[in-house]
Amino acid sequence: AELRERLRSVKHTILVLSGKGGVGKSTFSALLAHGLAADEAKQVALLDIDICGPSIPKMMGLEGEQVHQSGSGWSPVYVEENLGVMSVGFLLSSPDDAVIWRGPKKNGLIKQFLRDVDWGEIDYLIVDTPPGTSDEHLSIVQYLGATHIDGAVIITTPQEVSLQDVRKEINFCHKVKLPIIGVVENMSGFICPKCKNESQIFPPTTGGAEKMCQNLNVSLLGKVPLDPQIGKSCDKGRSFLSEAPESPATSSYRNIIQRIQEYCDQHHFHEEKII
Amino acid sequence: SFLPERSNLAGVRHILLVLSGKGGVGKSTISTELALSLRHSGKKVGILDVDLCGPSIPRMFRVQDNDVHQCDSGWVPVFVDQDKSISLMSIGFLLEKPDDAVVWRGPKKNALIKQFVADVAWGDLDFLIVDTPPGTSDEHISTVEALRPYKPLGAILVTTPQAVSVGDVRRELTFCKKTGLRVLGIVENMSGFVCPHCSECTNIFSKGGGEELAKHAGVPFLGCVPLDPQLSQSLEEGRDFIQEFPKSSAFPALAHIAQQILDGTTQRSS
Repeated sequence: AELRERLRSVKHTILVLSGKGGVGKSTFSALLAHGLAADEAKQVALLDIDICGPSIPKMMGLEGEQVHQSGSGWSPVYVEENLGVMSVGFLLSSPDDAVIWRGPKKNGLIKQFLRDVDWGEIDYLIVDTPPGTSDEHLSIVQYLGATHIDGAVIITTPQEVSLQDVRKEINFCHKVKLPIIGVVENMSGFICPKCKNESQIFPPTTGGAEKMCQNLNVSLLGKVPLDPQIGKSCDKGRSFLSEAPESPATSSYRNIIQRIQEYCDQHHFHEEKII
Repeated sequence: SFLPERSNLAGVRHILLVLSGKGGVGKSTISTELALSLRHSGKKVGILDVDLCGPSIPRMFRVQDNDVHQCDSGWVPVFVDQDKSISLMSIGFLLEKPDDAVVWRGPKKNALIKQFVADVAWGDLDFLIVDTPPGTSDEHISTVEALRPYKPLGAILVTTPQAVSVGDVRRELTFCKKTGLRVLGIVENMSGFVCPHCSECTNIFSKGGGEELAKHAGVPFLGCVPLDPQLSQSLEEGRDFIQEFPKSSAFPALAHIAQQILDGTTQRSS
């Protein structure tokens, strides 16, 4: 009931998932947050529930920041006035600190994040998750309630080794009745900066995300090519979209973000219609 | 602690874990290539895949459609070929359909991991490689606890060069320290890409972070493995990269890692 209260002021919730690790969930979550917050009239919140490997603080340039308590709860750490972030990373005092917790303790923290953080009125809550289909994923869907989540954006890379895990994630979404906004195929080809030839470093031997989406009847939101600047921006804690506005990867990301926004607007409209 | 007679791990000479705080850096890839290299040095190798949500090992050996059978002492591992020089165990073999999600909370995962450690009839092995999922949670705690009586050789930590990965791997180093697991070394994977068309090298995921971390943490640096589309292709198709692509860009680094592990074990025995 406390959770319901807190989350009542959240208009849209988007989960960023993948069965597979290292495909770019946090990268995408960070860029989605920046992209949506570019509209200063919108209030955006980015919640990182990867308890063991919290990448969001570094990617948002907030490493070393700590969480402050107030009368109304925990304060998120603000990147911009309209973009607040919460992560277990802010609760650790050293970069070497490991969170060696079993499931129940992780679930407890996730609940606290939802119950005790004073987000205020938010237009978009983006939840970045760890890879897999376990405690964190079950808990977030349980605590938020599948009906209160607009949908999941699922990230993959083109090769079958990733897709085989991502299909499981899609099945997880079906199992818990979580709508799927669509799939993003990351690291989709690399163009050599010298000779401009393309290489498929992670080859789509079984048809890539495109074929998988066709087979499973989910939307392919877009493909993003590899760009060395992406990793650099993440390491520096800067938005790749601002640092490399001319990159083909930037236009791909922007198109995808737009499609997600459109989905959320329709979803909201649909809900109003029902009422 | 009490060891039952004729435990299933009694015939295993060396146990090593492949860890990373970070996902997608190449743990399963390194586990696979290490097994193939050791096999080519005449060793008998087993791989225990304790990634229950995203089991990658079966496909990397093209045995994803195999089933697991029971014998008197437990589960029979899946052999990848007639030679029986590499054997595998993974939840991948236990799923009815390959796309079935294993949506389990910690306690259920822990129970299966205990079984995987105790109930697989490995027989005699020179090396048992334990491939893990990313993180420092249930699977890792349970695996290390269950393996402790068998005194593992140690852990190889895999990272990619960029700071975001290294940041997670630092935590994994802390995990090793806290659980008393010896760190055999750090591998920096996806370290540079050499364009097959013009040979220009691009550091797609940056460079040097793994080596720096090894220095900072005072652990051995096992080497840099470059991005190699032939390696990715091999893994997709379940081929023996070590045998089929000795001229490929990743081969020397992978062979070197295996050699250092072998040298480490001969040092230990003497």
